[in-house]
Amino acid sequence: MKINLKSLLNPQIDRRGFLKSSALFSGAAAVTAGLTLPFKTTKVQASTLAESADKEKVVWSACTVNCGSRCPLKMHVENGEIKWVDTDNSGDDNYGEHQVRACLRGRSMRRRVYNPDRLKYPMKRIGKRGEGKFKRISWDEAFTDIAADITRIKKEYGNEAIYLNYGTGTLGGTVTKSWPPGGSLLARLMNLSGGYLNHYGDYSSAQIAAGLSHTYGGWANNNSPSDLENSKLIVQFGNNPAETRMSGGGVIHHFMEGKAKSNARLIVVDPRYTDTAGGREDQWIPIRPGTDTAFIAAMAHVMITENLVDQPFLDKYCVGYDEKTLPKSAPAKSDYKSYILGSGEDAVEKTPEWASKITGIPADIIIKAAREIGSTKPCAVIQGWGIQRTANGEIASRAVAMLSLLTGNVGINGGGSGAREGGSSIPFVRFPTLQNPVEASIPMFLWTDAIVRGPEMTAVKDGIRGKDKLDVPIKFIWNYAGNCIINQHSDINRTHDILQDEKACEMIVVIDNHMTSSAKYADIILPDLTTSEQSDFCMDASAGNMPYFIFASQVIKPQFEAKSIYDICTGLAEKLGVKEAFTEGRDQEGWLRHLYQLTRAQDPSLPEFEAMRKQGIYKRKVKDHFVAYQDFRNNPKANPLSTPSGKIEIYSEKLAELAETWDLAEDEVIHPLPVYAPTFEGWEDSKQGNYPLQLTGFHYKSRTHSTYGNVSLLQDAAPQEMWINPMDAQGRGINNGDLIRIFNDRGELHIAAKVTPRILPGVVALGEGAWYAPDGQKIDHGGCINVLTTQRPSPLAKGNPQHTNLVDVQLVNKV
Amino acid sequence: MKQYGFYIDSSKCTGCKTCQLSCKDNKDLDIGVNFRRVYEYAGGDWLKEGEIYRQSVYSYYLSIACNHCDQPACTKVCPSGAMHKREDGFVVVDEKTCIGCKYCSMACPYGAPQYNEEKGHMTKCDGCFERVEQGMQPVCVGSCPLRALEFGPIAQLREKYGTNADVAPLPSSLTTKPNIVIKQNRNARPTDDQSGHLANPKEV
Repeated sequence: MKINLKSLLNPQIDRRGFLKSSALFSGAAAVTAGLTLPFKTTKVQASTLAESADKEKVVWSACTVNCGSRCPLKMHVENGEIKWVDTDNSGDDNYGEHQVRACLRGRSMRRRVYNPDRLKYPMKRIGKRGEGKFKRISWDEAFTDIAADITRIKKEYGNEAIYLNYGTGTLGGTVTKSWPPGGSLLARLMNLSGGYLNHYGDYSSAQIAAGLSHTYGGWANNNSPSDLENSKLIVQFGNNPAETRMSGGGVIHHFMEGKAKSNARLIVVDPRYTDTAGGREDQWIPIRPGTDTAFIAAMAHVMITENLVDQPFLDKYCVGYDEKTLPKSAPAKSDYKSYILGSGEDAVEKTPEWASKITGIPADIIIKAAREIGSTKPCAVIQGWGIQRTANGEIASRAVAMLSLLTGNVGINGGGSGAREGGSSIPFVRFPTLQNPVEASIPMFLWTDAIVRGPEMTAVKDGIRGKDKLDVPIKFIWNYAGNCIINQHSDINRTHDILQDEKACEMIVVIDNHMTSSAKYADIILPDLTTSEQSDFCMDASAGNMPYFIFASQVIKPQFEAKSIYDICTGLAEKLGVKEAFTEGRDQEGWLRHLYQLTRAQDPSLPEFEAMRKQGIYKRKVKDHFVAYQDFRNNPKANPLSTPSGKIEIYSEKLAELAETWDLAEDEVIHPLPVYAPTFEGWEDSKQGNYPLQLTGFHYKSRTHSTYGNVSLLQDAAPQEMWINPMDAQGRGINNGDLIRIFNDRGELHIAAKVTPRILPGVVALGEGAWYAPDGQKIDHGGCINVLTTQRPSPLAKGNPQHTNLVDVQLVNKV
Repeated sequence: MKQYGFYIDSSKCTGCKTCQLSCKDNKDLDIGVNFRRVYEYAGGDWLKEGEIYRQSVYSYYLSIACNHCDQPACTKVCPSGAMHKREDGFVVVDEKTCIGCKYCSMACPYGAPQYNEEKGHMTKCDGCFERVEQGMQPVCVGSCPLRALEFGPIAQLREKYGTNADVAPLPSSLTTKPNIVIKQNRNARPTDDQSGHLANPKEV
């Protein structure tokens, strides 16, 4: 691979040699990746090459992956080939009008575009699913086969059997948008053809979306991170923007600049000593995964008993803090204060001593943190999505918000709600995807179950929405710009087994750039263009108070036979007899112009289309920081929340009702209050049984989920390794760099150990998203966490608890 | 004589390695050749008290390229004269003259000279002198998402930020007189520190 990449990227390749060899290769593209490199030795490229010989030009493009930031890239192109990747270098970089600087991944985009794994032409599976054996087919054959299958499956099972799988590889685009599923072009295509089975929730934030919405009503927002310039204290719960939203125009930049201005103190609560901490924190509080709710309850105990709570705020804005504001339907002593003080149902006082045993945090540290949070105003409490991606992340997400509520920090500058950072955006007219005639929707995490037992899945047991139960199992899967068929979905070995039955799910179509592990499970693969090979508007970054959007222009010609998602859907629409309705007579460029025209009609201050293409990025400095729930705070009667009560619901009647009516297992808890509840494979379970270590995933700078996971330079710069504390490593004979095995009943993987004090004893951590590389014995050598994660969903969201795992670790080889 | 240098703000650095990768993209470097390297220094102890833990953990990052030293160790040991200090103070290797003996790599306490297997000789950070001549910044500096790197005449940087160039795990600046100014991280340890360790030896 190294040699391939080198020859591919070598700038000194003789042009004449190129053109000569192109004749040789263009007729026989169906050879291995290595032989077809460099990519531009096809007939199509040859003419472009001659035209633009020796002329360097700079073209704006973008990185559209799912990190939550969004970065402009300035592609330096020579002879039709990207030579190097620069980023936004406009202006003088003053904060507030700053440059949006791409991270290490965006700067490595060239090696994603020219990657030996690129899919080159449509292919049909000839081996078993997962084996990676395919034969080349024509686009016409691919379109014909897919359309025939859609027609057949519609007839036999109905449109509910056709599923749009979760995929966020290009969620930052407009035409290319892959998520939410209803916003993608595949949705438009299917909506013109009878509809599709939808999903709700996502692998990023399923539990917080389902949980914290009961507290605040709808998606819970928080202040813009730029507003940290008004804070005196920042508390980060499981939030690590230095690796998750690390763009130089993203959350980390606003966090650093805001904090520098206010000189606010910083507390970081995380099992790992993160890169966001790294000397910027005043205190790191390491905590056992899944126990945040206990930590918060104990801090609430301190605040209540030491009179540090904002009682007027709780009385005026909240439901169920104490008995005064409990709804009529609630039993006596079912309020939060009674729960904390031990006068509630469980009769346990949530003292710091009680919590310290669960969380691993010394009681004196809990007391000190509670006093500091309770007496420092304004205080910004922010949670990442790490703690909610757990077996009861719904409750944990609501618990974190308790700190903001008890201290009355909601709706004010420098404070916040306890949710993840919010921000401002520039309204933009999106691609119309029309109405889905199918109303059923499943929790995205249960798609494998919907293959196996679709018709058994109900609203009260499995969270089916739109109807009481599914009528048919999933028979057809569209998988565009996503790696959740295998890599990013939990319990890979179970998924593998489910997909082996070709009579269960009958057709999987994967549309992507690279031969991902998910693509290996496809029945038909369609090669997609990278952002560099097409034009699009790119946006949806969490960007504080300086929102922006990017016009990514086509940088290079399409490689090999790859087509854009727009042209793919157009081709399919033709076979399905809905081409006119799909295109409305426009091509991709036509749609971009059309959507931008509509956007400018709303907001004439935006630059004209051609000017936008030239300037690449449009930034808007928003004068005021975004302050979540400010209107509600200022006038709660005039601006009620969308909760049933219109107030902030510490006690949720709706959750009380769901707890009563839903079918739940013994160890699954839905509760009207954010109470501490041990979960399956939690810390309590680690003390008995065969698996003594808690394993948590994290977002790693080397990748955005699995995207960029096949860029060898990034693998080298930030190698995949499992974090383990010296206390745990020592007894197992493991030194830094040793090869270890991580295993549980679900699977096993081998990877190097990073023995580091930067993680709590009893906990090990592995960056999610590494590419699954099984050896035929079901052992993964790529370090993909999902051979160890479970498909058992969380109780309320039916979401992915991918940070709740018990494992053990053993030495394989010394370095 | 003119002398450029780097300012490295370790208090801002999150170890993201954008500097390293943007350099590698611009200079077309492959695996194993890193003109800029990001050091992770970590330490601290854990104490178990029943079910709870206390700790004194710390870590910090430091991004180091070539420091274009006043007394470069690499030029002193170079038998071919390929490694030399330019008029503008940049230490560069004349790749046509270099015989690839790696003495410079062994001599440099910062690991700046990098052997390129394919080329069969040494390569290293040249301060992007061609860009600098055109009034631009080195690629790494303009790429930093944290704004933790600056570049300019070293005299100006020292006037602005002081003269510190010492922090673990770097060697004492007395050895080669590097043209860098380091703003220390709150967790910084001195050059002779024994409490912590280089936490990512494979990556540098």
